Amino acid sequence: MIEANGVTKQFGKLKALNNVSLTCNKGECIALIGPNGSGKTTLIKSILGMVVPDSGCITFNGKNILHEWLYREFIGYMPQIGRYPENMTIGQVLDMMKDIRKRGTGRQPDEELVHAFELGALLDKRMRTLSGGTTQKVSAALAFLFSPDVLILDEPTAGLDPLAAQLLKEKIVVEKQKGKLVLITSHVLSEMDDLVTQVIYMQEGNIVFHKDIETLRKDTGEIKLSKAIANVMMAKQ
Amino acid sequence: MADILRNKIVLAYTGLLLVISLSVFSIEDNSSKGLLSLLNLTLIIVPLVCIVFSTIYIYNSAEFIELLVSQPLRRKKIWCSLFAGLAGSLSIAFFVGAGIPILMYAPAAPGMVMVGMGLLLSVIFVAIAMLAAVSTRDKAKGIGVAIFLWLYFAVIFDGLVILMLFQFQDYPLEKAMVVVSGFNPIDLGRILILLKMDISAMMGYTGAVFKDYFGTNIGFAVALLLLFCWILVPAWWSLRKFVRKDL
Repeated sequence: MIEANGVTKQFGKLKALNNVSLTCNKGECIALIGPNGSGKTTLIKSILGMVVPDSGCITFNGKNILHEWLYREFIGYMPQIGRYPENMTIGQVLDMMKDIRKRGTGRQPDEELVHAFELGALLDKRMRTLSGGTTQKVSAALAFLFSPDVLILDEPTAGLDPLAAQLLKEKIVVEKQKGKLVLITSHVLSEMDDLVTQVIYMQEGNIVFHKDIETLRKDTGEIKLSKAIANVMMAKQ
Repeated sequence: MADILRNKIVLAYTGLLLVISLSVFSIEDNSSKGLLSLLNLTLIIVPLVCIVFSTIYIYNSAEFIELLVSQPLRRKKIWCSLFAGLAGSLSIAFFVGAGIPILMYAPAAPGMVMVGMGLLLSVIFVAIAMLAAVSTRDKAKGIGVAIFLWLYFAVIFDGLVILMLFQFQDYPLEKAMVVVSGFNPIDLGRILILLKMDISAMMGYTGAVFKDYFGTNIGFAVALLLLFCWILVPAWWSLRKFVRKDL
């Protein structure tokens, strides 16, 4: 579904992505992990067309995404830190997004998360007055609102209370079972255990490995993802 | 964008303009004197507020712009709507705050030209602010550049022109001055307003040349065209930069 071929991106002297190639298919739930500054967010932003790679190409459903924008109708993106116009209410932000997307896929808006997070009661609140966690809830609700084929979640549970994080995880599982592609970055490995099917580990702009979680478990002999990753990191050193 | 209109700073700006223009007109018994006092308000304060507010606004909505870019929208459209939103709301603020009092107290040609210039300058400086904001990622640097640009157009440019005039005072520079003034939208605005006020005699021989040139309908049209260039060129340039920018 998403294919990257030899993607390289340099910011000044820093090589954020170094000849990265990967293939992601439907029904997969991929955890993108790696230390801070390993190029995870740059990779996500390249897929979203927010960062233009220096070389290499990314295709979405077989089409090159360079200078394209309509393919983003099929992607729901939840940023690490969502910031919205301060004076708009939650209701207005939701309406605006629906307005932006209404021509697109013709799918019914999926307001399950809006209800699950009880955002309905807060529709008249201005974005400025919201706490960090509530803003994250809005971001999550927006990412899932248009039942996109691909979900890209950058640190989705950071700042959410345990209940909301649980709701979000359940929603991710439901969407995964519908055959959607889910890409998650997170540092909280423990909560990805029952979620992901594949793991991509990045370091200094390189993909160190891209493995099935079962293979990874077999290779390292660990059941917990966090331990397995720690095992791999130790082995590297 | 209703968001910008509801912004406290824009409301305060409108209120400030309203208070100043109303008080100026009620203190001065002669409305053209009042207009002259408002000249500096239009030419100095309006560009300053527009350029600083727009730059800060763009930096503050950086994450929101990122979110919009991740949606199925063309970057061109996002940038143009941002420009339209800022220019529109700041123009409305100027029109409500200064335009309406001016048109109420001095509804003749000079007043109308001044309102027109104020609106044009608002849009021009929003365009320049967008160029300044897209050029650098660093917020402090961007705001600094914006303030410096304002200082340049409002103060430094005139200083340089005077310096040039003194250096070359033996030569007939009056015609060259007409061209030079085209490089500064604030000067263009000032000349057009002053000419309509019939006080160009105070500007000496250069004023007479200006009157000869900008006083005619063609000259006025050329000046307006130049002002529109001052909107289009920075706006287009910033758009080009934004489309290619990594966010």
